[in-house]
Amino acid sequence: MSERPGIADPAWVRALLAGAALLVGLLLLALPLAVVFAEALRRGWGVATAALADPDTLSAIRLTLLVAAITVPVNLVGGLAAAWCIAKHDFPGRRLLTTLIELPFSVSPVISGLVFVLLFGLQGWFGPWLQARDIQIVFALPGLVLATLFVTFPFVARTVLPLMQEQGRTEEEAAATLGASGWQVFRRVTLPNVQWALLSGVLLCNARAMGEFGAVSVVSGHIRGQTNTVPLHVEILYNEYQFAGAFAVAALLALLGLATLAAKTALERLTGRRLGEGTGDAA
Amino acid sequence: MSAGTLPLPTRGVRVRAIPGFGLSLGITLLWLGLIVLLPLATLLVRPWELGLAGVWDSVTEPRVLAALRLSFGAALLAAAIDLPLGLLLAWAITRLRFPGRGLLDAAIDLPFALPTAVAGIALTALLAPNGWLGALLAAAFGWRIAFTPWGIVAALVFVGLPFVARTVEPVLRDTGPEAEEAAATLGASRPQTLARVVLPALWPALLAGFALAFARAVGEYGSVIFIAGNMPLVSEIAPLLIVVRLEQFDYAGAAAVGLAMLLLAFPVLLGLNLLQRALRRGRA
Amino acid sequence: MPGSRLPPLPRRALLAAPALLAAAPARAQAARELLNVSYDPTRELYRDYNAGFAKAWQARTGQAVRVNTSHGGSGRQARSVIDGLAADVVTLALAYDVDAIAERGLIARDWITRLPHNSAPYTSTITFLVRQGNPKGIRDWGDLVKPGIGVITPNPKTSGGARWNYLAAWAWALRQPGGDDRAAEEFLGRLYRNVPVLDTGARGSTTSFVQRGQGDVLLAWENEAHLALQEFAGAKVEIVTPSLSILAEPSVAVVDRNAERRGTRDLAEAYLQGLYAPEGQALAAKHFYRPRDAALLAAHAALFPAMELVTVDGAFGGWGEAQRRHFADGGVFDQLYKPGR
Repeated sequence: MSERPGIADPAWVRALLAGAALLVGLLLLALPLAVVFAEALRRGWGVATAALADPDTLSAIRLTLLVAAITVPVNLVGGLAAAWCIAKHDFPGRRLLTTLIELPFSVSPVISGLVFVLLFGLQGWFGPWLQARDIQIVFALPGLVLATLFVTFPFVARTVLPLMQEQGRTEEEAAATLGASGWQVFRRVTLPNVQWALLSGVLLCNARAMGEFGAVSVVSGHIRGQTNTVPLHVEILYNEYQFAGAFAVAALLALLGLATLAAKTALERLTGRRLGEGTGDAA
Repeated sequence: MSAGTLPLPTRGVRVRAIPGFGLSLGITLLWLGLIVLLPLATLLVRPWELGLAGVWDSVTEPRVLAALRLSFGAALLAAAIDLPLGLLLAWAITRLRFPGRGLLDAAIDLPFALPTAVAGIALTALLAPNGWLGALLAAAFGWRIAFTPWGIVAALVFVGLPFVARTVEPVLRDTGPEAEEAAATLGASRPQTLARVVLPALWPALLAGFALAFARAVGEYGSVIFIAGNMPLVSEIAPLLIVVRLEQFDYAGAAAVGLAMLLLAFPVLLGLNLLQRALRRGRA
Repeated sequence: MPGSRLPPLPRRALLAAPALLAAAPARAQAARELLNVSYDPTRELYRDYNAGFAKAWQARTGQAVRVNTSHGGSGRQARSVIDGLAADVVTLALAYDVDAIAERGLIARDWITRLPHNSAPYTSTITFLVRQGNPKGIRDWGDLVKPGIGVITPNPKTSGGARWNYLAAWAWALRQPGGDDRAAEEFLGRLYRNVPVLDTGARGSTTSFVQRGQGDVLLAWENEAHLALQEFAGAKVEIVTPSLSILAEPSVAVVDRNAERRGTRDLAEAYLQGLYAPEGQALAAKHFYRPRDAALLAAHAALFPAMELVTVDGAFGGWGEAQRRHFADGGVFDQLYKPGR
């Protein structure tokens, strides 16, 4: 890496950069997390673990995992298809499509929840029809899933797309020339090249799916033990002045996120490679 | 899944078009249409209950204009701050070796892992005048961060940071040091190499990261609402106004603000995408 | 050259992780269910009341009941019911929010007369919470507009409690010598210039005041003020009772359309009537709501000091009028509000 001759920065530059990066990490990232843990343990382990063992907390955890388990695969398939389609093919409107895929990021979470209420709520387009058939979408699991799908929509595509574009099409074109089908090209050539970026996109999608607050807050209905996801449960505990409990549940969520990220790092260590090594063929 | 051998609109000389276009585009459009476009259609339709003049009045109220200015201004500023910080973090974890690098790598995704409401509460606890950092800043510089527009920027920098870092990181890894080595071998100085070789390769990713951080920040609600102070005309963000209108059962007015935000954000994002393309072309 | 030098990523890692853990929440199906959609400060009250109600109902009918609750800002909760949240009963902060549901045909228009006391089984009022020892000497509404006083109140646009705060201040200003609408508007304008943080809900304001140390005085529901004293034992705050305040009547109603559809009317009506029974009234008092039962109220005179209370109907012509005139977009609040700094 940086030890190679010719491109090594002086040691002091590297030290300075590393120090600056650590400082940014400490101030911007570690401190807020530290606050969460400090508040969680302010009244001791007993209060924190009691909050976690509460039946309402457990049901919130189950609901959150269920929502993530539905959301992530859907957005994985869609995101990969979209990134591949845009990066490896020419067609009019690619820019527009890229921007449309990014669109959910710029839509306020409040709006992301609201649109589903406008669609499926009792006053919405399909509301009366649904109620006549006794189908509940908003204020039930389907609404939570839809809102989460919307919010986490761009993650996979946007993590994979820049890399796919950077890598160009030479390899895929070669494979196609040799007679490979679309699926084979995707499966054998493109996918291995982007797998780490893909994993990182999936993890981000998953983390956001578990942590989403604004959008699900609009479609949840906040029924204790039934439609409360973990972030909503945190808000409830906070509003009940159970600060230690609220932060304990929040800390659990953060730990869950960090554990998936640690798993990713461990996986990379195990295979001994990092993303993109040996694929430096970008034009 | 025998791939469609659709005739593709190819430009210039191509070896052979990559197959599979039809299927992947089909999946993409279905996914995009059902999850994003259909719901957003309600946002396009709903405001017009007010009539054209009604929508115009509804989004040009001083409070709405102030909120839109604040949301877009704070989001742009936060994304601009995230740009160097994100590059620094990405550079550190890909190109440097130092104790704590693995931890730093993991910590970058933290803003994703923390629910936005928790992030908001934690940042408020940290930056409030009686918080760990807030007390320090107030004592040392007399700065008030929490409950002012700066608190909004701080929260948005936090939520946006991983977008820049994680968008740049794969490209940094992917380009690898080979090109830099080549440049160095050809006698380029280190600053020349950085300016001529490294940065040009990074610009598209940096712009993409900027766009993502900005887009995310513009609509952010959960993390901002605790720290903003929410004073109308001063520290009231546009998403809060949407909530305010909903509280008054004014669905059309709420959708109008949402539509205005979307219409303002779209050209910014499209412009950034076009710029990325131009940069990528320029390098080819 | 291509990615073949990379070891393949275990594919299962991508897909399997969350799926393993997804089991649908187990639920006892035998019990009848009732959903009470309420506002923020009633959490503690209804947690106690639900347990007692379920026990009493089972003793009387042999049926097991599970009462589910949902809490949030009153306006937001009303909107959720309008949008299809299947509430059997609503217990909200103000009649205006129940009216909004009734307007959409989910509740009969005459709901307010179906139960005694304007369908409000308990009341509350607006009072002040100040720092211990009252260092700024805040005694009454007039002290709130003095320079250098930080007043914490939520945004009346998003919080039901904040609207009561606003109307109480307005009512006080009208009573002052030379008090008229113009003077009241001027007074409110000065009051809001002293507000450093406008939270979206009552509980957010309490946290800003108690936990974050913002401001010198919190305008709060009387019940919330007492709860804050109880919950934040070391918080060093105390209650100040102003000379005049407003009678807050949190409304309750059966959501007719949902109760019919779900076959819960008998349960829902018994649930609300129970709030007027001695046990319900005692629980209300325990959670710092003023009970309607006169004897019980007198027994808690230390907790609920007698003060002059105006009503929304009497002083403002009802909630519909108050909402339209003061809190609608472009209303009096929008006009009088000017940022402090």
